[in-house]
Amino acid sequence: MKSFPKAPLFLAVFFLLLCLAGINLGEVPSVLEKAARICLSCIGIG
Amino acid sequence: MDWLRRWIQVLATIVSNAFWKFPATRMIYQGPLKSVCLPGLNCYSCPAATGACPIGALQHFMAGVRPALQAARFHFGLYVIGFLGIIGSLAGRMPCGWVCPFGFFQELMYKIPSPKWTLPKWMGVGKYVFLVLFVLVLPLAVVDEFGYGQTWYCKTICPAGTLEAGLPMLHLQPQLKTLVGLLFYGKLAILIGFLGWMVASRRPFCRTACPLGAIYSLFNRVSLFRMVHHPDLCVRCDACYQGCPMGIRFYEGPNQTDCIRCLKCLRQSCKFGAISWEIASGPVPRSEPESKEAPG
Repeated sequence: MKSFPKAPLFLAVFFLLLCLAGINLGEVPSVLEKAARICLSCIGIG
Repeated sequence: MDWLRRWIQVLATIVSNAFWKFPATRMIYQGPLKSVCLPGLNCYSCPAATGACPIGALQHFMAGVRPALQAARFHFGLYVIGFLGIIGSLAGRMPCGWVCPFGFFQELMYKIPSPKWTLPKWMGVGKYVFLVLFVLVLPLAVVDEFGYGQTWYCKTICPAGTLEAGLPMLHLQPQLKTLVGLLFYGKLAILIGFLGWMVASRRPFCRTACPLGAIYSLFNRVSLFRMVHHPDLCVRCDACYQGCPMGIRFYEGPNQTDCIRCLKCLRQSCKFGAISWEIASGPVPRSEPESKEAPG
């Protein structure tokens, strides 16, 4: 039986903390603000 | 097994694009779900899209770093980077093979009968160039007088955006046609080029130009879910390569950056039990080998 790999769990926890930090810093409303509008320049119009 | 993947791909495409009122409203979905990133590439300006494209959102943060800092808002895109990192560290590039609507679309396009063309391996570098240059560097570095950058990848390259958002929005809001210029025609040419390429080659966009796949691919060697090769059972018959939607020879490395963990090689191609997978180095489910003789 191989030993339990620590690297992926460490990475998952690290990125979970990053994600939570982003949420705490108010990035979620920023994503909503961008995604809820038609981004004309994003789709090559205008 | 592949039928299960197909159904999950269909389901993921429907869930990612579940705003079916758009023909009546002629607008995109604007509800709270749009604050949630999707694991696959799906343009958030697509009229039916219910979530945010992580690559579009990441560029949005890169483009707005300077004004955000000036306004004392520390928005560096940690939410998106964290989201992608969690998925990557658990499953690597698996979302590309199971839940990405644009990946699914490419697999369907490849079913169209035509002469087929094998992609040279070096072209896989392209997706990292697009990630670094168009998603990270240009949005950060090229800014206007107010410090705002642009979403360069979406604006100049992304064929998924042209297909899912540009063309449908021009149809839904004809007044936008007055804004169409060289930029749009350039993107349209890229889309047409990729559409033709999708018929001739296996998942060309994923392999050469997808920055989302490039991010996930960095996790393939360290993710919790891993593919396993059993060299004692492998006869190098290339059956894995012939069936692989990414054109991978499994025996050259079980967790190569291009592997999307679709498990087609395990369930359909390999008759020798030389391929399996593991989660957290746990017990390995293996297909039973039929014989040790190469087919044909």
